Amino acid sequence: MFIRLSAAIAALGLLTGAALAQGAKPTDPQIAHIAYTAGVLDINAAKQAISKASNKDVKAFAQDMVRDHEAVNKQALDLVKKLKVTPEDNDTSKALSKQAADKLAELDKLKGAEYDKAYVANEVAYHKAVNGALETQLIPSASNAELKSLLQTGLKIFQGHQQHAEQVAAKLK
Amino acid sequence: MRPGRCLLVMIALLIGAMAVPAHAATIQITIDNLVFAPAEVSATVGDTIEWINKDVFVHTATARNGDFDVNTPPKKTVTSVLKKAGSVEYYCRYHPNMKAVLTIKP
Repeated sequence: MFIRLSAAIAALGLLTGAALAQGAKPTDPQIAHIAYTAGVLDINAAKQAISKASNKDVKAFAQDMVRDHEAVNKQALDLVKKLKVTPEDNDTSKALSKQAADKLAELDKLKGAEYDKAYVANEVAYHKAVNGALETQLIPSASNAELKSLLQTGLKIFQGHQQHAEQVAAKLK
Repeated sequence: MRPGRCLLVMIALLIGAMAVPAHAATIQITIDNLVFAPAEVSATVGDTIEWINKDVFVHTATARNGDFDVNTPPKKTVTSVLKKAGSVEYYCRYHPNMKAVLTIKP
């Protein structure tokens, strides 16, 4: 547990570090890309959980993640289309994707209750990291008001997911 | 049974049946951008709550004490009738950061 949490904290460092490394604050096309990518990565993790999880609460949680993140990302796509913004790949998105791919491979080796616990623990840590990035980096940097507002809705949804994941994790102990 | 008495019973039943909807109110609670509004509502047993979900997300209105659990699909309005009195804290099971209170008088 401690090692997994440390890994997640390292990911948070990567996330903010990569954005900071660009020197300037991220642009709206980059922010849109980061937020969308973060959603897709959580959907991928959830799809793995739907097929691998053994606990019914964990499976149900994973289904909630797919449903909500798809709904947020649909809104994000509609918004970028409306604003005629093309999401732009960037170091933060790349770091997030790399980190998530490693995590997915690591989780894939686990089974049963061990997998369930590891998936939910990672969901807590992942949402915490993304929420931190939204609060301190992405929302303050967004210049378009509609994008900012969507990110704020995203933050509320993901804070809900974090609490929900914490409740599921507590029940697994 | 005498026919007159039977008629009286029927009238009494009819008045009784009419009395409930006459007193029961319909109260709207809106869910918009992950917020229940108003956050505090006073109602009476028998009242109907109209849960108006304006979000694109599924939410629930789940009583912490187990008295009710209403599923509110995205962009839909659902109704539920209050059956038990009490001051009930409720939340969304999918987003437990969404919280509100319903005070239900007997």
